[in-house]
Amino acid sequence: MSSVLYDVPGPKARRVSLIGSIIGVIVIGGLLVLAVTTLAQQGIFDAKRWAVFQLPDVWALIAAGIGATLAAAAVSAVIAFPLGLLLCLMRISDNAWIRVPTRIVLEFLRGMPVVLMMLFVLLVFATSSFIAVVAGLVLYNSAIFAEIIRAGVQSLPKGQREAGLAIGLTSFQSRLTIELPQAIRRMLPSLVAQLVVLLKDTSLGYIVAYGELLRAVQVMADFLGPQYLFPVFFVAAAIYIAIDLAVSRLAIWLERRGSKRAAGGVAHVPVAGIPAAK
Amino acid sequence: MDVIIENLPQYWDGFLRTLFLSVVSGIIALIFGTVLAAARVSPIAALRGFSMAYVEIVRNTPLTIAFFFAAVVLPRLGVTFQQFEVAAIIALSAYTSAFIAEAVRSGVNSVPVGQAEAARSIGMKFSQVLSLIILPQALRTVIPPLINILIALVKNSSVAGAFYVLELFGQGKQLANANGDVVMWVLVGVAFFYLLITIPLGYLASVVERKVAIAR
Repeated sequence: MSSVLYDVPGPKARRVSLIGSIIGVIVIGGLLVLAVTTLAQQGIFDAKRWAVFQLPDVWALIAAGIGATLAAAAVSAVIAFPLGLLLCLMRISDNAWIRVPTRIVLEFLRGMPVVLMMLFVLLVFATSSFIAVVAGLVLYNSAIFAEIIRAGVQSLPKGQREAGLAIGLTSFQSRLTIELPQAIRRMLPSLVAQLVVLLKDTSLGYIVAYGELLRAVQVMADFLGPQYLFPVFFVAAAIYIAIDLAVSRLAIWLERRGSKRAAGGVAHVPVAGIPAAK
Repeated sequence: MDVIIENLPQYWDGFLRTLFLSVVSGIIALIFGTVLAAARVSPIAALRGFSMAYVEIVRNTPLTIAFFFAAVVLPRLGVTFQQFEVAAIIALSAYTSAFIAEAVRSGVNSVPVGQAEAARSIGMKFSQVLSLIILPQALRTVIPPLINILIALVKNSSVAGAFYVLELFGQGKQLANANGDVVMWVLVGVAFFYLLITIPLGYLASVVERKVAIAR
Protein backbone atom coordinates (compact mmCIF):
# COMPACT_ATOMS: atom_id res chain seq x y z
CA MET A 1 0.00 0.00 0.00
CA SER A 2 2.83 2.35 0.80
CA SER A 3 4.69 1.59 -2.41
CA VAL A 4 2.64 4.36 -4.00
CA LEU A 5 4.69 6.84 -1.99
CA TYR A 6 8.02 5.96 -3.59
CA ASP A 7 9.24 4.59 -6.88
CA VAL A 8 9.93 0.91 -7.25
CA PRO A 9 13.50 0.82 -5.95
CA GLY A 10 16.18 0.33 -8.53
CA PRO A 11 19.59 -1.19 -7.77
CA LYS A 12 20.91 2.05 -6.26
CA ALA A 13 17.83 2.73 -4.14
CA ARG A 14 17.80 -0.88 -2.99
CA ARG A 15 21.39 -0.53 -1.88
CA VAL A 16 20.61 2.69 -0.03
CA SER A 17 17.57 1.07 1.59
CA LEU A 18 19.63 -1.97 2.58
CA ILE A 19 22.32 0.23 4.12
CA GLY A 20 19.60 2.22 5.88
CA SER A 21 18.06 -0.97 7.21
CA ILE A 22 21.42 -2.21 8.46
CA ILE A 23 22.12 1.11 10.18
CA GLY A 24 18.62 1.10 11.64
CA VAL A 25 19.00 -2.43 12.98
CA ILE A 26 22.43 -1.55 14.42
CA VAL A 27 21.06 1.57 16.14
CA ILE A 28 18.00 -0.20 17.57
CA GLY A 29 20.08 -3.25 18.47
CA GLY A 30 22.71 -1.00 20.05
CA LEU A 31 20.09 0.68 22.23
CA LEU A 32 18.80 -2.74 23.28
CA VAL A 33 22.31 -3.97 24.08
CA LEU A 34 22.91 -0.78 26.08
CA ALA A 35 19.70 -1.35 28.03
CA VAL A 36 20.53 -5.00 28.66
CA THR A 37 24.09 -4.27 29.80
CA THR A 38 22.81 -1.53 32.11
CA LEU A 39 20.36 -4.01 33.55
CA ALA A 40 23.08 -6.66 33.82
CA GLN A 41 25.31 -4.25 35.74
CA GLN A 42 22.47 -3.80 38.20
CA GLY A 43 22.51 -7.56 38.62
CA ILE A 44 19.06 -7.96 37.12
CA PHE A 45 20.01 -11.16 35.37
CA ASP A 46 21.46 -12.86 38.44
CA ALA A 47 19.87 -16.25 38.69
CA LYS A 48 18.91 -15.69 42.29
CA ARG A 49 16.68 -12.77 41.36
CA TRP A 50 14.73 -14.89 38.96
CA ALA A 51 14.69 -17.79 41.42
CA VAL A 52 11.56 -16.23 42.95
CA PHE A 53 9.63 -17.83 40.13
CA GLN A 54 10.43 -21.21 41.66
CA LEU A 55 8.27 -20.26 44.63
CA PRO A 56 4.72 -21.53 44.13
CA ASP A 57 3.42 -18.57 46.17
CA VAL A 58 4.68 -16.11 43.58
CA TRP A 59 2.77 -17.88 40.84
CA ALA A 60 -0.27 -18.14 43.10
CA LEU A 61 -0.19 -14.36 43.61
CA ILE A 62 0.25 -13.72 39.90
CA ALA A 63 -2.63 -16.10 39.13
CA ALA A 64 -4.79 -14.34 41.71
CA GLY A 65 -3.88 -11.01 40.09
CA ILE A 66 -4.83 -12.26 36.63
CA GLY A 67 -8.04 -13.69 38.04
CA ALA A 68 -8.93 -10.37 39.67
CA THR A 69 -8.15 -8.49 36.44
CA LEU A 70 -10.28 -10.79 34.31
CA ALA A 71 -13.09 -10.88 36.86
CA ALA A 72 -13.36 -7.09 36.96
CA ALA A 73 -13.22 -6.89 33.16
CA ALA A 74 -15.81 -9.64 32.65
CA VAL A 75 -18.30 -8.32 35.18
CA SER A 76 -17.96 -4.76 33.86
CA ALA A 77 -18.36 -5.82 30.24
CA VAL A 78 -21.46 -7.89 31.01
CA ILE A 79 -23.12 -4.98 32.82
CA ALA A 80 -21.86 -2.19 30.56
CA PHE A 81 -23.08 -3.63 27.27
CA PRO A 82 -26.84 -3.84 28.06
CA LEU A 83 -26.59 -0.50 29.86
CA GLY A 84 -24.93 0.97 26.78
CA LEU A 85 -27.77 -0.38 24.62
CA LEU A 86 -30.31 1.23 26.92
CA LEU A 87 -28.44 4.55 26.93
CA CYS A 88 -28.22 4.39 23.13
CA LEU A 89 -31.99 3.88 22.85
CA MET A 90 -32.55 6.84 25.18
CA ARG A 91 -30.03 8.94 23.28
CA ILE A 92 -31.84 8.45 19.96
CA SER A 93 -35.33 8.56 21.46
CA ASP A 94 -37.96 10.67 19.67
CA ASN A 95 -38.86 12.27 22.99
CA ALA A 96 -36.70 15.30 23.70
CA TRP A 97 -37.34 14.94 27.44
CA ILE A 98 -35.46 11.65 27.33
CA ARG A 99 -32.96 12.46 24.59
CA VAL A 100 -31.50 15.72 25.89
CA PRO A 101 -30.82 14.69 29.52
CA THR A 102 -29.27 11.43 28.28
CA ARG A 103 -27.03 13.41 25.98
CA ILE A 104 -25.84 15.59 28.85
CA VAL A 105 -25.17 12.55 31.03
CA LEU A 106 -23.22 10.88 28.22
CA GLU A 107 -21.09 13.99 27.61
CA PHE A 108 -20.41 14.17 31.32
CA LEU A 109 -19.39 10.51 31.59
CA ARG A 110 -17.18 10.67 28.52
CA GLY A 111 -15.38 13.81 29.68
CA MET A 112 -14.17 12.40 32.98
CA PRO A 113 -11.18 10.21 33.81
CA VAL A 114 -12.22 6.65 34.64
CA VAL A 115 -9.99 6.62 37.70
CA LEU A 116 -11.84 9.64 39.10
CA MET A 117 -15.14 7.75 38.84
CA MET A 118 -13.55 4.77 40.59
CA LEU A 119 -12.30 6.97 43.42
CA PHE A 120 -15.67 8.70 43.66
CA VAL A 121 -17.55 5.41 44.07
CA LEU A 122 -14.91 4.10 46.49
CA LEU A 123 -14.98 7.13 48.80
CA VAL A 124 -18.53 8.43 48.51
CA PHE A 125 -20.32 5.10 48.71
CA ALA A 126 -17.63 3.48 50.89
CA THR A 127 -17.76 0.28 48.84
CA SER A 128 -15.19 -2.44 48.32
CA SER A 129 -12.52 -1.67 45.76
CA PHE A 130 -13.93 -4.37 43.45
CA ILE A 131 -17.28 -2.61 43.26
CA ALA A 132 -15.52 0.73 42.77
CA VAL A 133 -13.50 -0.63 39.84
CA VAL A 134 -16.53 -2.28 38.24
CA ALA A 135 -18.71 0.81 38.75
CA GLY A 136 -16.09 3.12 37.22
CA LEU A 137 -15.59 0.85 34.22
CA VAL A 138 -19.34 0.34 33.74
CA LEU A 139 -20.15 4.06 33.88
CA TYR A 140 -17.46 5.02 31.40
CA ASN A 141 -17.75 2.11 28.98
CA SER A 142 -21.54 2.07 28.82
CA ALA A 143 -21.35 5.69 27.63
CA ILE A 144 -18.81 4.70 24.97
CA PHE A 145 -20.84 1.62 23.93
CA ALA A 146 -23.90 3.85 23.59
CA GLU A 147 -22.03 6.24 21.29
CA ILE A 148 -20.61 3.41 19.18
CA ILE A 149 -24.03 1.77 18.71
CA ARG A 150 -25.56 5.17 17.94
CA ALA A 151 -22.98 5.70 15.23
CA GLY A 152 -23.92 2.25 13.89
CA VAL A 153 -27.63 3.12 13.84
CA GLN A 154 -26.91 6.37 12.03
CA SER A 155 -24.77 4.60 9.45
CA LEU A 156 -27.72 2.42 8.39
CA PRO A 157 -29.57 3.33 5.20
CA LYS A 158 -32.59 5.50 5.97
CA GLY A 159 -34.90 3.01 4.25
CA GLN A 160 -34.48 0.49 7.06
CA ARG A 161 -36.34 2.62 9.57
CA GLU A 162 -38.82 3.90 7.01
CA ALA A 163 -39.68 0.35 5.98
CA GLY A 164 -40.09 -0.66 9.61
CA LEU A 165 -42.47 2.21 10.28
CA ALA A 166 -44.31 1.60 7.02
CA ILE A 167 -45.27 -1.96 7.94
CA GLY A 168 -46.80 -0.62 11.13
CA LEU A 169 -44.08 -1.15 13.73
CA THR A 170 -43.90 1.45 16.42
CA SER A 171 -40.75 3.58 16.55
CA PHE A 172 -39.46 1.51 19.46
CA GLN A 173 -40.19 -1.81 17.76
CA SER A 174 -38.38 -0.65 14.65
CA ARG A 175 -35.33 0.33 16.69
CA LEU A 176 -35.31 -2.92 18.61
CA THR A 177 -36.03 -5.46 15.88
CA ILE A 178 -34.65 -3.80 12.75
CA GLU A 179 -32.05 -1.16 13.46
CA LEU A 180 -30.19 -2.32 16.57
CA PRO A 181 -29.38 -5.85 15.36
CA GLN A 182 -27.84 -4.44 12.19
CA ALA A 183 -26.09 -1.62 14.00
CA ILE A 184 -24.49 -3.95 16.54
CA ARG A 185 -23.33 -6.28 13.80
CA ARG A 186 -21.82 -3.41 11.83
CA MET A 187 -20.04 -1.96 14.83
CA LEU A 188 -18.74 -5.28 16.16
CA PRO A 189 -15.06 -4.43 15.51
CA SER A 190 -15.37 -1.11 17.36
CA LEU A 191 -17.21 -2.80 20.21
CA VAL A 192 -14.51 -5.46 20.59
CA ALA A 193 -11.83 -2.76 20.35
CA GLN A 194 -13.57 -1.00 23.22
CA LEU A 195 -13.47 -4.28 25.16
CA VAL A 196 -9.69 -4.19 24.83
CA VAL A 197 -9.76 -0.68 26.30
CA LEU A 198 -11.95 -1.92 29.14
CA LEU A 199 -9.52 -4.76 29.82
CA LYS A 200 -6.59 -2.33 29.81
CA ASP A 201 -8.42 0.03 32.13
CA THR A 202 -8.81 -2.63 34.82
CA SER A 203 -5.17 -1.81 35.59
CA LEU A 204 -6.45 1.51 36.97
CA GLY A 205 -7.73 -0.62 39.83
CA TYR A 206 -4.14 -0.43 41.08
CA ILE A 207 -4.82 3.17 42.06
CA VAL A 208 -7.90 2.35 44.16
CA ALA A 209 -6.07 -0.58 45.81
CA TYR A 210 -7.90 -3.34 43.93
CA GLY A 211 -5.85 -6.53 44.00
CA GLU A 212 -5.30 -6.85 40.27
CA LEU A 213 -2.09 -7.94 38.56
CA LEU A 214 -0.08 -4.76 39.06
CA ARG A 215 -1.09 -4.51 42.71
CA ALA A 216 0.01 -8.15 43.13
CA VAL A 217 3.41 -7.15 41.70
CA GLN A 218 3.66 -4.29 44.17
CA VAL A 219 2.71 -6.57 47.06
CA MET A 220 5.32 -9.12 46.05
CA ALA A 221 8.01 -6.47 45.64
CA ASP A 222 7.19 -5.08 49.09
CA PHE A 223 7.18 -8.54 50.60
CA LEU A 224 10.19 -10.11 48.89
CA GLY A 225 12.34 -7.00 48.73
CA PRO A 226 12.93 -4.30 46.10
CA GLN A 227 15.56 -6.31 44.24
CA TYR A 228 12.78 -8.59 43.00
CA LEU A 229 10.69 -5.72 41.66
CA PHE A 230 12.07 -5.86 38.14
CA PRO A 231 11.68 -9.61 37.46
CA VAL A 232 8.16 -9.70 38.87
CA PHE A 233 7.14 -6.51 37.07
CA PHE A 234 8.62 -7.79 33.83
CA VAL A 235 6.65 -11.04 33.96
CA ALA A 236 3.40 -9.33 35.00
CA ALA A 237 3.68 -6.69 32.27
CA ALA A 238 4.37 -9.41 29.70
CA ILE A 239 1.25 -11.32 30.81
CA TYR A 240 -0.89 -8.18 30.75
CA ILE A 241 0.31 -7.20 27.27
CA ALA A 242 -0.12 -10.75 25.99
CA ILE A 243 -3.77 -10.85 27.11
CA ASP A 244 -4.49 -7.45 25.55
CA LEU A 245 -2.74 -8.41 22.32
CA ALA A 246 -4.82 -11.57 22.10
CA VAL A 247 -8.09 -9.65 22.44
CA SER A 248 -7.04 -7.02 19.89
CA ARG A 249 -6.12 -9.78 17.44
CA LEU A 250 -9.67 -11.08 17.96
CA ALA A 251 -11.01 -7.61 17.06
CA ILE A 252 -8.94 -7.51 13.87
CA TRP A 253 -10.05 -11.03 12.96
CA LEU A 254 -13.70 -10.07 13.50
CA GLU A 255 -13.27 -7.02 11.30
CA ARG A 256 -11.74 -9.07 8.45
CA ARG A 257 -14.37 -11.78 8.77
CA GLY A 258 -17.13 -9.21 9.02
CA SER A 259 -16.07 -7.35 5.91
CA LYS A 260 -16.18 -10.61 3.98
CA ARG A 261 -19.43 -12.08 5.28
CA ALA A 262 -21.78 -9.56 6.86
CA ALA A 263 -24.34 -8.14 4.50
CA GLY A 264 -23.06 -4.70 3.67
CA GLY A 265 -19.90 -5.41 5.61
CA VAL A 266 -18.84 -3.75 8.81
CA ALA A 267 -19.08 0.00 8.93
CA HIS A 268 -15.98 2.12 8.85
CA VAL A 269 -17.76 5.26 9.97
CA PRO A 270 -15.77 7.44 12.31
CA VAL A 271 -17.48 7.67 15.65
CA ALA A 272 -17.70 11.33 16.56
CA GLY A 273 -16.20 12.09 19.90
CA ILE A 274 -14.96 8.59 20.66
CA PRO A 275 -11.32 8.84 21.57
CA ALA A 276 -9.29 6.29 19.73
CA ALA A 277 -6.95 6.21 22.66
CA LYS A 278 -8.02 4.96 26.02
CA MET B 1 -19.83 23.33 48.18
CA ASP B 2 -17.77 25.52 50.52
CA VAL B 3 -14.92 23.08 50.44
CA ILE B 4 -14.36 23.79 46.74
CA ILE B 5 -14.21 27.54 47.27
CA GLU B 6 -11.98 27.26 50.33
CA ASN B 7 -9.48 25.06 48.50
CA LEU B 8 -9.57 26.89 45.21
CA PRO B 9 -5.77 27.55 45.25
CA GLN B 10 -5.06 23.79 45.43
CA TYR B 11 -7.54 23.09 42.66
CA TRP B 12 -6.04 25.82 40.52
CA ASP B 13 -2.51 24.52 41.16
CA GLY B 14 -3.61 21.01 40.19
CA PHE B 15 -5.47 22.31 37.16
CA LEU B 16 -2.38 24.16 35.89
CA ARG B 17 -0.21 21.09 36.44
CA THR B 18 -2.69 18.91 34.54
CA LEU B 19 -2.61 21.44 31.70
CA PHE B 20 1.19 21.51 31.81
CA LEU B 21 1.48 17.70 31.69
CA SER B 22 -1.06 17.49 28.87
CA VAL B 23 0.46 20.24 26.75
CA VAL B 24 4.08 19.06 27.07
CA SER B 25 3.23 15.38 26.55
CA GLY B 26 0.84 16.31 23.75
CA ILE B 27 3.51 18.22 21.83
CA ILE B 28 6.11 15.46 22.28
CA ALA B 29 3.57 12.79 21.31
CA LEU B 30 2.44 14.71 18.20
CA ILE B 31 6.02 15.02 16.96
CA PHE B 32 7.11 11.49 17.86
CA GLY B 33 3.83 10.00 16.62
CA THR B 34 4.17 11.71 13.23
CA VAL B 35 7.77 10.49 12.94
CA LEU B 36 6.58 6.96 13.77
CA ALA B 37 3.86 7.19 11.11
CA ALA B 38 6.43 8.42 8.56
CA ALA B 39 8.71 5.51 9.50
CA ARG B 40 5.78 3.14 9.03
CA VAL B 41 5.39 4.10 5.35
CA SER B 42 9.09 4.59 4.58
CA PRO B 43 11.01 2.47 2.08
CA ILE B 44 13.44 1.30 4.79
CA ALA B 45 12.31 -2.05 6.14
CA ALA B 46 13.98 -1.73 9.56
CA LEU B 47 12.15 1.54 10.29
CA ARG B 48 8.84 0.04 9.19
CA GLY B 49 9.37 -2.96 11.45
CA PHE B 50 10.36 -0.83 14.43
CA SER B 51 7.37 1.47 14.04
CA MET B 52 4.97 -1.45 13.65
CA ALA B 53 6.31 -3.25 16.72
CA TYR B 54 6.30 -0.09 18.83
CA VAL B 55 2.71 0.83 17.96
CA GLU B 56 1.42 -2.71 18.41
CA ILE B 57 3.05 -3.21 21.81
CA VAL B 58 2.41 0.23 23.28
CA ARG B 59 -1.23 0.32 22.17
CA ASN B 60 -1.81 -2.90 24.09
CA THR B 61 0.00 -1.82 27.23
CA PRO B 62 -2.19 -0.56 30.08
CA LEU B 63 -1.29 3.03 30.91
CA THR B 64 -0.82 2.16 34.57
CA ILE B 65 1.94 -0.28 33.59
CA ALA B 66 3.65 2.44 31.55
CA PHE B 67 3.46 4.77 34.55
CA PHE B 68 4.63 2.10 36.95
CA PHE B 69 7.58 1.46 34.67
CA ALA B 70 8.50 5.14 34.34
CA ALA B 71 7.96 6.15 37.96
CA VAL B 72 8.91 3.05 39.96
CA VAL B 73 11.01 0.71 37.83
CA LEU B 74 13.17 3.24 35.94
CA PRO B 75 14.57 4.94 39.08
CA ARG B 76 15.58 1.50 40.40
CA LEU B 77 17.46 0.93 37.17
CA GLY B 78 19.52 4.05 37.64
CA VAL B 79 17.48 6.48 35.54
CA THR B 80 16.76 9.12 38.14
CA PHE B 81 15.04 12.45 37.75
CA GLN B 82 14.49 15.37 40.07
CA GLN B 83 10.73 15.52 39.66
CA PHE B 84 8.11 12.88 39.08
CA GLU B 85 6.60 15.14 36.42
CA VAL B 86 9.37 13.89 34.13
CA ALA B 87 8.30 10.29 34.66
CA ALA B 88 4.69 11.25 33.97
CA ILE B 89 5.65 13.05 30.76
CA ILE B 90 7.74 10.07 29.61
CA ALA B 91 4.87 7.63 30.24
CA LEU B 92 2.15 9.84 28.75
CA SER B 93 4.03 10.85 25.62
CA ALA B 94 5.31 7.32 24.93
CA TYR B 95 1.77 5.97 25.31
CA THR B 96 -0.03 8.67 23.34
CA SER B 97 2.45 8.74 20.44
CA ALA B 98 1.43 5.18 19.47
CA PHE B 99 -2.19 6.29 19.06
CA ILE B 100 -1.15 9.42 17.17
CA ALA B 101 1.00 7.31 14.84
CA GLU B 102 -2.01 5.10 14.05
CA ALA B 103 -4.26 8.11 13.41
CA VAL B 104 -1.72 9.81 11.14
CA ARG B 105 -1.14 6.58 9.25
CA SER B 106 -4.86 6.22 8.60
CA GLY B 107 -4.78 9.82 7.36
CA VAL B 108 -1.90 8.98 4.99
CA ASN B 109 -3.96 6.09 3.66
CA SER B 110 -6.94 8.37 3.08
CA VAL B 111 -5.02 10.66 0.72
CA PRO B 112 -5.94 9.69 -2.86
CA VAL B 113 -3.30 7.64 -4.67
CA GLY B 114 -3.13 10.22 -7.47
CA GLN B 115 -1.57 12.79 -5.14
CA ALA B 116 1.50 10.66 -4.48
CA GLU B 117 1.66 9.52 -8.10
CA ALA B 118 1.57 13.09 -9.35
CA ALA B 119 4.27 14.09 -6.89
CA ARG B 120 6.49 11.20 -7.95
CA SER B 121 5.91 11.86 -11.64
CA ILE B 122 7.33 15.35 -11.31
CA GLY B 123 10.44 13.80 -9.80
CA MET B 124 10.02 14.20 -6.05
CA LYS B 125 11.91 11.96 -3.66
CA PHE B 126 10.13 9.98 -0.90
CA SER B 127 10.99 12.60 1.72
CA GLN B 128 9.56 15.36 -0.47
CA VAL B 129 6.44 13.38 -1.37
CA LEU B 130 5.76 12.75 2.28
CA SER B 131 6.57 16.14 3.78
CA LEU B 132 5.30 18.43 1.00
CA ILE B 133 2.34 16.54 -0.45
CA ILE B 134 1.01 13.70 1.70
CA LEU B 135 1.46 14.76 5.32
CA PRO B 136 -0.08 18.25 4.99
CA GLN B 137 -3.24 16.67 3.55
CA ALA B 138 -3.17 13.67 5.88
CA LEU B 139 -2.81 15.77 9.04
CA ARG B 140 -5.70 17.94 7.95
CA THR B 141 -8.08 15.02 7.61
CA VAL B 142 -7.10 13.55 10.97
CA ILE B 143 -7.47 16.70 13.06
CA PRO B 144 -10.74 15.54 14.71
CA PRO B 145 -9.34 12.11 15.74
CA LEU B 146 -6.16 13.83 16.91
CA ILE B 147 -8.19 16.15 19.14
CA ASN B 148 -9.99 13.11 20.53
CA ILE B 149 -6.63 11.51 21.31
CA LEU B 150 -5.58 14.70 23.08
CA ILE B 151 -8.82 14.64 25.12
CA ALA B 152 -7.95 11.10 26.13
CA LEU B 153 -4.47 12.36 27.02
CA VAL B 154 -5.92 14.98 29.38
CA LYS B 155 -8.00 12.29 31.07
CA ASN B 156 -5.07 9.87 31.11
CA SER B 157 -2.90 12.44 32.88
CA SER B 158 -5.03 11.71 35.95
CA VAL B 159 -3.07 8.47 36.38
CA ALA B 160 -0.05 10.65 37.22
CA GLY B 161 -1.87 11.62 40.41
CA ALA B 162 -1.32 8.09 41.68
CA PHE B 163 2.40 8.29 40.92
CA TYR B 164 3.46 11.17 43.17
CA VAL B 165 2.50 14.06 40.87
CA LEU B 166 0.18 16.61 42.46
CA GLU B 167 -1.95 17.36 39.42
CA LEU B 168 -5.73 17.66 39.52
CA PHE B 169 -6.41 14.04 40.52
CA GLY B 170 -3.51 14.01 43.00
CA GLN B 171 -4.72 17.23 44.62
CA GLY B 172 -8.24 15.80 44.70
CA LYS B 173 -7.00 12.72 46.50
CA GLN B 174 -5.21 14.83 49.10
CA LEU B 175 -8.21 17.10 49.62
CA ALA B 176 -10.45 14.03 49.91
CA ASN B 177 -8.21 12.69 52.66
CA ALA B 178 -8.20 16.02 54.46
CA ASN B 179 -11.96 16.59 54.16
CA GLY B 180 -13.35 13.14 54.82
CA ASP B 181 -16.84 14.45 55.60
CA VAL B 182 -17.42 16.25 52.28
CA VAL B 183 -15.61 13.86 49.96
CA MET B 184 -18.38 14.07 47.41
CA TRP B 185 -18.04 17.82 46.89
CA VAL B 186 -14.25 17.59 46.73
CA LEU B 187 -14.47 15.09 43.87
CA VAL B 188 -17.27 16.98 42.13
CA GLY B 189 -14.86 19.94 42.10
CA VAL B 190 -12.16 17.78 40.49
CA ALA B 191 -14.65 16.54 37.89
CA PHE B 192 -15.65 20.14 37.13
CA PHE B 193 -12.05 21.14 36.35
CA TYR B 194 -11.57 18.12 34.08
CA LEU B 195 -14.76 18.92 32.20
CA LEU B 196 -13.48 22.48 31.88
CA ILE B 197 -10.77 21.09 29.58
CA THR B 198 -12.42 18.08 27.94
CA ILE B 199 -15.83 19.50 26.96
CA PRO B 200 -14.49 22.57 25.10
CA LEU B 201 -11.93 20.33 23.35
CA GLY B 202 -14.72 17.92 22.34
CA TYR B 203 -16.73 20.85 21.03
CA LEU B 204 -13.69 22.05 19.10
CA ALA B 205 -13.33 18.58 17.56
CA SER B 206 -16.90 18.59 16.30
CA VAL B 207 -16.58 22.16 14.93
CA VAL B 208 -13.32 21.32 13.18
CA GLU B 209 -14.88 18.16 11.80
CA ARG B 210 -17.58 20.23 10.12
CA LYS B 211 -15.49 23.17 8.96
CA VAL B 212 -11.81 22.52 8.41
CA ALA B 213 -11.75 18.88 7.36
CA ILE B 214 -11.89 18.41 3.64
CA ALA B 215 -14.65 16.22 2.33
CA ARG B 216 -13.49 13.49 0.02
